[in-house]
Amino acid sequence: MAFTAFSQSAKVVDQAPKGKSWIALILLAPGIAYMLLFFVAPFIQLAITSLQAPAEGHGIGQYVAGLEFINYWTAIQQYWPQLVRAFIYAVIATIIGLLISYPLAYLLGVTLRNRAMLQGILLILVVAPFFISMLLRTLAWKSILPVEFIGTDGSVIFGLIYNFIPFMVLPMFASLQALDLRLVEAGTDLYASPVTVFRKVTLPLSMPGVVSGTLLSFIPMSGDFVVASRSFLGSTDTAMIGNVIESNFLQTQNYPMAAALSIILMLAILVIVATYVRRSGAEDLL
Amino acid sequence: MANHELKQSGADLRLTGIQKRFPGFTAIENLDLEIPAGSFFALLGPSGCGKTTTLRVIAGLEDPTAGQVLIGGTDVTALKPHKRPVNTVFQSYALFPHMSILENVAFGLRRRKVGDPVAKAHEALKLVELDHVSDRKPAQLSGGQQQRVALARAIVNRPALLLLDEPLGALDLKLRRQMQQELKQIQQEVGLTFLHVTHDQEEAMTMADTVAVMNKGRIEQMGAPEELYELPKTVFVANFLGQSNLLSVDVVGGNDQAIHATLAAGGGSRISVARTRTERDSGTITVGVRPEKLRMHQTAPAEDPGINVIGPGRITDVSFIGVSTQYTVDVPGIGNVEVFAQNLEAGPVGHLDDEVWLSWLVEHTFGLADDHLETGALTTEFSTQVIAAQAAE
Repeated sequence: MAFTAFSQSAKVVDQAPKGKSWIALILLAPGIAYMLLFFVAPFIQLAITSLQAPAEGHGIGQYVAGLEFINYWTAIQQYWPQLVRAFIYAVIATIIGLLISYPLAYLLGVTLRNRAMLQGILLILVVAPFFISMLLRTLAWKSILPVEFIGTDGSVIFGLIYNFIPFMVLPMFASLQALDLRLVEAGTDLYASPVTVFRKVTLPLSMPGVVSGTLLSFIPMSGDFVVASRSFLGSTDTAMIGNVIESNFLQTQNYPMAAALSIILMLAILVIVATYVRRSGAEDLL
Repeated sequence: MANHELKQSGADLRLTGIQKRFPGFTAIENLDLEIPAGSFFALLGPSGCGKTTTLRVIAGLEDPTAGQVLIGGTDVTALKPHKRPVNTVFQSYALFPHMSILENVAFGLRRRKVGDPVAKAHEALKLVELDHVSDRKPAQLSGGQQQRVALARAIVNRPALLLLDEPLGALDLKLRRQMQQELKQIQQEVGLTFLHVTHDQEEAMTMADTVAVMNKGRIEQMGAPEELYELPKTVFVANFLGQSNLLSVDVVGGNDQAIHATLAAGGGSRISVARTRTERDSGTITVGVRPEKLRMHQTAPAEDPGINVIGPGRITDVSFIGVSTQYTVDVPGIGNVEVFAQNLEAGPVGHLDDEVWLSWLVEHTFGLADDHLETGALTTEFSTQVIAAQAAE
């Protein structure tokens, strides 16, 4: 979709007087500069780092330019359990989060549609946690939850769900809020029971919200390094790929390893997300 | 469009004592209605008169506060909408945007597990001449096409009763006229009972066998379109269905056939109304006559017991419409009187400021049940165009 829009506007620019194309370029410049500076350049830097070789004398954190593709193999060999664990946690947390978020979004967007006051209060309650730092909230859970529970798979998944539920609820709420309830009435008028109306009308029409909500939470969940860390709700047994990247960067200062892991994580997320979006029939979001 | 596969007779509908209150207002107060099987029935009224609520009560989308809904003799008041043998063509069409046209039409069939839904859906699409777009999505169709798909989606289920909620409201005038004819034709072909809700009096009159005029949650008058037009019984009906010139008169006498009256405002004119054509026969009453029934005269017409005469008045406005010319005549003591004259000659025959007398046949006069001074807001300006404009807002 985005590409069609772009080519159409490009055509318009072609036909416009010459001066206009300069204006378009000037208007685009900040965006392009931002992307170059904060995405393209760091990514190139990351790719270069991931191929570096240890410096002569093996000083800690000392690396020289190279083409050590073996770094990727080492990274996978050494850390595949954490990578797989990260995705398992993220998938489970996304599924449970969806089961909690969809009914909440439905309540907000459909049931309370004509009750602005209640809807507003509930929306504020959903968004309110954002006003406190995520670190602080996760730490708070550490003292609320039973000690035996901390450091287990369950506590990490719990933390992930808790932190990312607003990201799931809001897109689903937007979709359900826009749902034309006359279509629901038309469904019941055409002999569909409430359950069937939900399956055939409400759910398909709110799919864009479901897909964007799950993506907005699944992607950061997979790379999360706070919840599963030992200082928060995790233990050494629950380390996710994000924790490994963090410790390689900041503690062991193995920059090529950390960079290679980051790129592997990014590619893995891309593949998973593309497959998911294709299968859910929501290509417009890509 | 010859397709007799879909033909089957509809069921009759009976509403008894239907009442619907919402917090703060009453949408329907005590409505009794009977619609015979296979008829094309129109519920006509301004927006807010309760006609759409009536439709929703029948479809089961609203629960009545009191009363019963009977379809084909069976009480369906307690049935959920998906269990009622009723389908609705919604004003917004309410086509499912994520489904193809074919799947939209097959939706009801699939829910009821009717055999071969795809073939039946194609058949219904052929009836509305849209089978060639069956694999498109609703958004790819024009408004008129969407309207026909909505119709096909409803009639494919052969409901005992088809409810149409202002289904032509969103179409432009030309398309609306065309669809009116097609709808009427389809109704005759499939033989279902149609209940059509509209605020467009012309639409109701051209399409329906029976029209019920609804106002403030009540049915004011019901009957064949010509009957309602020629003999309205209330000020509301006289003004909502076409235009009327209404006069307030005092009854002064009469015989077996007619009552005689004089203008309440004074003046020598004597107005006669047939007893069979008036709701009231004593005191101050409101009588009326349709603008096209009036004749203009340059000189006072000779007295004739079969003719009512008012005047002289002065022409204050002449609008040439094409097929007719509409004159506004200011008659002292009465006010503005509208006269629609067919253009038998080329161009208008009356001119601005001409002094004219107006006459019409006694048999075209009607006497109304309510006093039009009590409902003073209703003048000839309160035409359907004004109401339609209000409804469109």
